[in-house]
Amino acid sequence: MFDYQFYWSMVWSKFPDLLDGAYLSIQITAISIVLGLLIAMPLAIWRHSGRGGPLGALAATWVELARNTPALFQIYMAYFGLGALGLHLSSYAALLIAITFNNAGYLTETLRGGMAAVAPQQTAAARSLGMTGFQSFIHVVFPQLFVIVFFPFVNQINWALLNTSLGMMIGLRELTGATQAAQAESFRTFEFFIVAAALYYLISKLISAGAHLAAWRLFKD
Amino acid sequence: MVINITPYSGLQWSDFWYVLDGAWRTVMLTIVSGAAGTLIGLVLGWARENSVILRYGLALYVDVTRSVPLIIQFILVNSVFSIFGLPLTPLEVGLLTLSLYMGVQTSELVRAGIRSVPEQLQKAARSLGMNYWQVQTHITAPLAIRTIFPSWIGTLIGLTKDTALVSVVGYIELLRAAQIVINRSNETLLILIGVGVFYFIICYPVSLYGRRLERRLAHD
Repeated sequence: MFDYQFYWSMVWSKFPDLLDGAYLSIQITAISIVLGLLIAMPLAIWRHSGRGGPLGALAATWVELARNTPALFQIYMAYFGLGALGLHLSSYAALLIAITFNNAGYLTETLRGGMAAVAPQQTAAARSLGMTGFQSFIHVVFPQLFVIVFFPFVNQINWALLNTSLGMMIGLRELTGATQAAQAESFRTFEFFIVAAALYYLISKLISAGAHLAAWRLFKD
Repeated sequence: MVINITPYSGLQWSDFWYVLDGAWRTVMLTIVSGAAGTLIGLVLGWARENSVILRYGLALYVDVTRSVPLIIQFILVNSVFSIFGLPLTPLEVGLLTLSLYMGVQTSELVRAGIRSVPEQLQKAARSLGMNYWQVQTHITAPLAIRTIFPSWIGTLIGLTKDTALVSVVGYIELLRAAQIVINRSNETLLILIGVGVFYFIICYPVSLYGRRLERRLAHD
């Protein structure tokens, strides 16, 4: 029954390709999480303030679309959908845009939830001490918000990393795509993908370890 | 820029039924692996919370399942069974992988739920003469299920979206069916948006319900 011969040498000869893919995955994860956060911050502040208007509608639509459709669908929309509208993106740009869109939607909800968890009296007290709205947000609300949303934010980084694996479906050579391309010559599917899985595990552990180290330094009191 | 969308040019009714069949498969995948995964998760979560050996024995498996992309898990399950000379059909690979994945996610919720029940309640029940199983079924389970239900709904929505990845092992669910029809007819936007609307119609009401429950639980 078990007459399968494992061949690892092919994997090691292609290992540099896999590392290039891993680098691309990390790069897209990092850029998409920073851009996602930059978009999510104003959307969350606007949603938390309860002011509606066009921006409120945009924020609500963004959050619901990002959270209630598959990430792969969002990637297809960025790649094939925008392509049909005449905007032909590279698979790199399409993946980056789709994952940024996804991150921004989830992070908006995370941040809004965090803001709701900071007591409104904190802002009121800061304002009554003469701080401006901006000052009270930066000096009083933000430090508390940061502690609340820190670990959900780290979770989102890990999610973004997992989602980059969908780049394979639009032909991008990130870690999964690079593995797929590398195994196509020898069809040693199992050997290649188990190594890719180990690399993902390693990257995700590094992110978590970095986050715990940062949390230990920042929140130790 | 002139966007010219002429509906149904090149599309036939058979394409509609083809995509609808894919939609049914997506729903079926969600229901079957959601039910199986929840059962696995209940047992796994309870076992991990109550047995030290299982807690540490399964820790690596749980950790790996949660930090390796699902798309790679499908490929690995598919190739592992081929290696053992028992090739599975794409549907079987999809159901097995999704059920195990859902099981791991649910087991994390179950553990959190069990830990949310104050130990004093269980001790009080024991001192009233209940045996271990009576405490589990009459005290711990009802309270734990109440706590984790909203998060479980969130996990179920995640599962619905994750079914889109089964196409990687060759199963034709909604998104893959749509892609096949798009390749033939070139009606990219119409079909893609239609598919997005379908996912949204399934997921959005469920997530609204989950959020309402969460608010209600937070109030009392």
